[in-house]
Amino acid sequence: MEKKKIVGLLKERFQDKIKETSAHLGDETLVIDRASLLEIVTFLKNKPYEYNMLLDLTCVDFLGQEPRFEMVYHLLSLPKNHRLRIKTRLSEKDLSIDSLTSLWENANWLEREVYDMFGVRFKGHPDLRRIFMYDDFEGYPLRKDYPLRKRQPRIPLRK
Amino acid sequence: MPTRIQKEARKESLLLNMGPSHPAMHGTIRVMVELDGERILNSELEVGYLHRGFEKICEHRTYFNLLPYTDRLNYVSPLINNLGYVMAVEKMLGIEVPERAQYIRVIMSELSRISDHLTCLAAMAMECGAFTVFLYKIKAREFIWDVIEETTGARMTTSYIRIGGVRADLHPDWKESLQKAIIETRKVLKDVAGLLNKNKIFFNRTMDIAVMRPEEAISFGWTGPCLRSTGVYYDVRKAHPYLVYDQMDFEVPLGKRGDNYDRYDVRMREMEQSLRIVEQCLEKTPKSKGPLMVKGIEPVQAIKASRKKKVEERIKLSPNLEGSEKEVYEDILTENRKYIVPPKENTYTSIEGIINHFKFFMKGHGIRPPKGEVYFSVEGGNGELGYYIVSDGTDKPYRLHLRGPCFHIVSAMEKLIQGRYVADVIPTFGSFNMIGGELDR
Repeated sequence: MEKKKIVGLLKERFQDKIKETSAHLGDETLVIDRASLLEIVTFLKNKPYEYNMLLDLTCVDFLGQEPRFEMVYHLLSLPKNHRLRIKTRLSEKDLSIDSLTSLWENANWLEREVYDMFGVRFKGHPDLRRIFMYDDFEGYPLRKDYPLRKRQPRIPLRK
Repeated sequence: MPTRIQKEARKESLLLNMGPSHPAMHGTIRVMVELDGERILNSELEVGYLHRGFEKICEHRTYFNLLPYTDRLNYVSPLINNLGYVMAVEKMLGIEVPERAQYIRVIMSELSRISDHLTCLAAMAMECGAFTVFLYKIKAREFIWDVIEETTGARMTTSYIRIGGVRADLHPDWKESLQKAIIETRKVLKDVAGLLNKNKIFFNRTMDIAVMRPEEAISFGWTGPCLRSTGVYYDVRKAHPYLVYDQMDFEVPLGKRGDNYDRYDVRMREMEQSLRIVEQCLEKTPKSKGPLMVKGIEPVQAIKASRKKKVEERIKLSPNLEGSEKEVYEDILTENRKYIVPPKENTYTSIEGIINHFKFFMKGHGIRPPKGEVYFSVEGGNGELGYYIVSDGTDKPYRLHLRGPCFHIVSAMEKLIQGRYVADVIPTFGSFNMIGGELDR
């Protein structure tokens, strides 16, 4: 299978930088080292693999685990018609990762969303601001320790 | 706090605000433009006015309960949103869906796609001054929604496609109403093509305006009709076929220039292809094994009788549950009874039935996918609609993320309107089919 080859070849090339590979339910996944994200993704974007579209970028909060946050990237190769998931873990103390804005345009808004919802800082992002919430919103709403019913009205509620 | 554009603006230029409540900004979005006369020097988009915390809410709802929230994402084609979510969960559970249910799902998602495109183009044409087109298209949409309403019982917030199948079988008269809808939609498409395809005014507003190059479109993560208008061949239905799309005969229309007109044109041609798919489904859909409507005793009588002895007769369900009787379950719902709502006749008339019912709905029970994560996408009205679900083995998703195609498309707008005129913002924005629910989630 060609699909199996891709993950295997990447593992051979990057050795320790790829910590784990899996294909649960047919979704090929690479778990990589945080520092080598930009290197691996740049390699994947160019030939011979041509993962030329950043499908999605999001974050998951595993409260109580260390490292706490997990960044999840979904790449799509249009010429090869293949999807790939890349995951990397971030610790709460050093919540930052390289920005992909230099490679894909849509990373700009996607990273702003992750910053807004989880507070992850992206190194090299040109305009890292909140996107859905207003600027003086306190806290990060999609973190597991943010209560579902917490209210932060901009105008005090009438009693 | 000053926004980016306020900081960057030149002293002599004019800052203008369009939206969030502006007649042409259907959906709520704010476009701030820096103007030199009519020319746009710079612009900034502000989104999030319709942010309802969809992803946060989903983490606190069970897999079964959160389905109605997915209706509210792209509220013009709710059935495709249902489908995407449901199929992601099914992929996790490993459920096979009966063939008839698969065909019903295809019919419903294609009808939704048509209504999605109709709404988008109707609004776009109206904002360019073609009010007649708006009325025509909304008329066609009504016929399509009639078919949907007959079967699902709702026009917009359907929650019809369920984990394991669909909620109810098709209405007994579905073929007639569907044929009528197809004929009427074709008529409207022909009329609209006659009104717009060689219309000088429409040409001036759309042709060669907001041109997107294919490389840029890929870089922005565009999918769906907007990507195809630039000439890139990518359709989830063809690339990663799901349901019975691999047995359908349809084409993927492509554009050439990637301007506003191409986005209009691709949507128009795509509707024709969707109609073709629906027509094929009309012939191919396997027949229901049981009768579509069950004749039997009234539910009230059945409940009364069940207090004394087990009810053997058939039970007619209330009109709200019509079409979802036990007898039609095998056509439309999976064999794996663990993941579907137990039949209502049993629930109300037998003790085993009520135990099954509670087992399904009780907190901590019900649908519990194994630990793991899944990404599944379907071709939505705007493009690749993907759900990323992380399960921790409980009855609630640990994390649910939606890849809204709109989000990626609208993020390119700042770039597209730069250097154009103020009037170009309106058709450009219209051609994107921005849906607030999907963009802001």
